[in-house]
Formats: sequence, structure tokens, C-alpha cells
Amino acid sequence: MATETVDQVRPDEIKAIPVRHPGRWVATAILLFLVFALVNSMAQNQRFEWGIIRHWLFSSRILHGAVLTIELTVTSMAIGIALGVLLAVMRLSPNPLLSGASWFYIWIFRGTPVLVQILFWFNIAALYPHFSLGIPLGPTFAHFSATSLITPFVAGMLALGLNEGAYMAEIVRAGIISVPEGQSQAAQSLGMSRLLTMRRIVLPQAMRVIIPPTGNETISMLKTTSLVSVIAVAELTYSAQLIYSVNYRTIQLLIVASIWYLAMTTVLTIGQHYVERHFGRGSTRDMPVTAAQRLKANLLSIRREDSGQAR
Amino acid sequence: MSEPMVKAESVHKRFGRLEVLKGVSLEIESGQVVCIIGPSGSGKSTFLRCINHLEKIDAGRLWVDGELVGYRQAGDKLYELRDSEICEDRAEIGMVFQSFNLFGHMTALENVIEAPVHVKKIRKRDAVAQGKVLLGRVGLGDKVDAYPAQLSGGQQQRVAIARALAMTPKLMLFDEPTSALDPELVGEVLDVMKSLAFDFKTTMIVVTHEMGFAREAADRVLMMDDGRIIEEGSPEHFFQAPTEERTKQFLSAIL
Repeated sequence: MATETVDQVRPDEIKAIPVRHPGRWVATAILLFLVFALVNSMAQNQRFEWGIIRHWLFSSRILHGAVLTIELTVTSMAIGIALGVLLAVMRLSPNPLLSGASWFYIWIFRGTPVLVQILFWFNIAALYPHFSLGIPLGPTFAHFSATSLITPFVAGMLALGLNEGAYMAEIVRAGIISVPEGQSQAAQSLGMSRLLTMRRIVLPQAMRVIIPPTGNETISMLKTTSLVSVIAVAELTYSAQLIYSVNYRTIQLLIVASIWYLAMTTVLTIGQHYVERHFGRGSTRDMPVTAAQRLKANLLSIRREDSGQAR
Repeated sequence: MSEPMVKAESVHKRFGRLEVLKGVSLEIESGQVVCIIGPSGSGKSTFLRCINHLEKIDAGRLWVDGELVGYRQAGDKLYELRDSEICEDRAEIGMVFQSFNLFGHMTALENVIEAPVHVKKIRKRDAVAQGKVLLGRVGLGDKVDAYPAQLSGGQQQRVAIARALAMTPKLMLFDEPTSALDPELVGEVLDVMKSLAFDFKTTMIVVTHEMGFAREAADRVLMMDDGRIIEEGSPEHFFQAPTEERTKQFLSAIL
């Protein structure tokens, strides 16, 4: 009986002296020193010519280049994702012709360098000077010359998009496979067709697995668009090149371009976090916190610790 | 004399070289509750999955409500049904799985209305109203907006039952519905199933080891072993005087 009453009294909160981590302080000091040295050298070194960088950072030519980079990224990722979903579903089809075709596509487009593919599409007119829309051996409805249809921008978009499709196919396939078999069985037992099951049940749940690598691919694509500079599309890198080929401020303009690339990838990273959060719903009991919420929680916990120590 | 709800004639099923069903024949009348018991690997689940054509049978004939499962017969020729026709047939047969298989990205209510809205093309407003009634009936009126991950196993299985009922099936198949549940959650699921049997006269085929449920709710019990039905009778028969040695062995092992 006596022990029971003792049990009911809540013991004091544990107040232990935390373990000291002298190593962390040393590491922090070294790191701070290195950062200071780097920043100092960048600020002192007149050759950086920060004024030039500031001047070109918001120039209209650079901004136009950045816009074109975004356009290329968005359109080629759109092509890549649409194609990737199609190829992945084909690859998993019981029809050997469909899965074989998908395998062949991935083999070709993943097996050759993007740069070569960009140059290939840029030079497609050498193979097919004219395109016509119609029925083979029958009437034609429309007629285009290759050079008017496949502008450098279109060539770059096609090359990047078709190449991306091959990678996205593998990502989507991995996502589809990750959804347990029981999900499609349950859908089938309710009378849902194969296509409806894929669209309503499997793909939405595959998203959780598909989104993180797709975010990666988008960020990677944003930078890969710089390759299109070889076919004279004035995206961000080529715009910078055009300027420094005249004023010889090569490093400064490359820094300008890099600042924009970094800014755009940062925005994408933040966006990816929120998209992941959206598609992660239902997979855990609590919604994952947003960056803003985490920041708030951290600040609050610091304040709480402070007040705890004050008491 | 009406057609039996389910009729099987010498149903055979092979997986590769392994013959899982070696001639299953039975008739189940509309409104009957039939429990199938038997050791694992005896083919009970496979037989259940054949009934809604999740598995194709290799030999024999299987009818649901007078219609051949998966095929159409014209003269002495069998034609495979098109996918859309198979889907229509499946829509009339509810199935509840051992591992619940609730759609993880949907709330309880969304799970229940998914097939009525997208397969039966019922207006969403009506499906929602019906879905709430069904969830209420399985005792989950307050969990309408919960995701599966936020529900206990027993609650998930009850949502799964409501989801199957939302298609107003003429036949319900239960594949070991309580085997994956913690012992204290088994009762709530069995209670829902009993209410289906007693209050709604649903035709049910239940693969289960819950002999208590069989005794209370089943009209008939079938014992399967090695791909065949080796004994059948009333639940009392199984409790009091099973004839087959194999049945006695099995029952003494699980009771």
C-alpha cells in the first residue's frame, strides 16, 4: 500500500547537466574563420568587379534569357512527364509489343548524350527538309518546311523533352510498382477498369514516390537547358555568352547567370517541398510541417527553453 | 425454383505446375451465409478470388446468379468476356480482403464513394449521402474524414465493408477478414458481418477461422483441404460430430 502512494506522487523533472561538446565549438570556429576569409577575399579582390555584376544582373537581355530558360524548362518537363507516364504504363502493359516499344524508346534516348540529341534535332532538316501531314500514300493536308517548323527553340525543347521522357518513364514505373498490389485488386473487385484503377488509385499513390525524383529532374533540367546554347538559343547561358563575347567580362557574366540559376533552383526546391506535402497526405498520421512552421516551432522552442531556464 | 447465387462445377485452378483447386463443386442459395474453413494452402482464398474473376479458372464451370463467370457460352463454344463486361460483373460482387486494402490517399468517405461515383456513375451528392449512412451503419459515422492511416485495423476493415456495400452487391466475399486484426478488434468486425447476415439477408461467403462466427451466423460450413471440399454441413455438425479425420485434426488445432 505504501509503495502505491509513493507511485502516485510524480517525481521531479530530470534536470541533468548536458554533455559538453568542445569539438563542435572548435569546428564552428574553424568554419567561421574560413567563411570570413572567403568573403573578405571576394570583397577585397577588385577583379571581381561587383559593379559590373550588379549592372548586368537585371539587364533586359539577361532577364529575357532567364525567361527563355524557364520556358524551355517548363515545356520540356511537360513533354518529359507526359511521355514518361505514357511510357511507364506501356512498359507495364501485358501487351509485349507495347512494353517492347517502351523499352526500345528508353534504350535509344537514355543511351545517347543529350548534347548529341540537341544537335541532331537542330540538324533534322538535313534528313527531312519537309514535313507533311496526311495519310501515307494518300492525300496530304498540310506541308511545312523543316526549318520553319523546327526552330532552334523547338529543336532544343524536343531534344530535352524527348530525352527527359526516357528518364521520367523509369521514375514513374518505380512509383507505380511501389503501390501495393492489394490496391489495384481492391479497385478491380469494385468493378473499376484497368485504366480507371491506374488514374484514380495507383498513380495518385505513386506520386509520393514519383515527386521527389521529379523535383530533382526539374532542377537538373533547369541547368541542362544551358546546353541549348550550342544551337544559339538565347537562354540564360547563351545571353551571358553573347554579352561577354563583346565586353570580355567572362567571369562576371557567368556569375550573373549563376546567381539567376541559383535563384530559380531555390524557388523550385521550396515548391517541391509543398508539392510533396500535398501528395503525402494520408500516408502519415500528421501532415509534414512546412518550412515556415518548422521555423516557427524552432523559435518557439528556443524561447521556451529560455523561459524554462529563467524559472 | 430460383437459380443458386453461386454454382461451381468441378472448378480447377493451377498456378504454374501447382494445382491449387482440384475440382470444387458447390451450390449456394441466395441469402445463405457460408463459411469456408481449412488449413492455409488448401485453396479457400483462391476459390473466393475465382468467384469474382480475380483469378481465371482452368477447368470446370462457375456461375454467379445464373451467369457464367468470365465467359459467355454460345452453343458449345466459350467466349472470353471483354474487360468492360468483367468489370460490370465484378461491380455486383463485394469483396473484403484480409489486409483491408483501403485506398491510402482517400478519406474513409472518399473510399466508400469512389466506385459508386466512377463506376456506377451515381451523382456525387447522392453517393456522399449514401456513404455517410453506410459508414454510420458500420459504426464509423464520426470517422468520415479520417484517412486509413489514422484508423485502427478494425475500423479500417469496417470501412472496407462499407466500401463494398456501397455498390449494393448481390454477393459478398470475405477473405479472412479478421486474420490481420488484433484480438480485441475482431469482435467489432464480426458484429458488422453478423448484422449483414441477420438484418440484411446478404448472401455471404466467408473464408474464416472464427468458429464462433460460423456457429452464430453461418447456414453452412465447408471444410477445404488440398484443393477440394472434403466435408460440409451445418455449424452444429462441425462442432459435434465431424466425420472426416482431417476435419477433426484441423478443428482441434484451431479451437
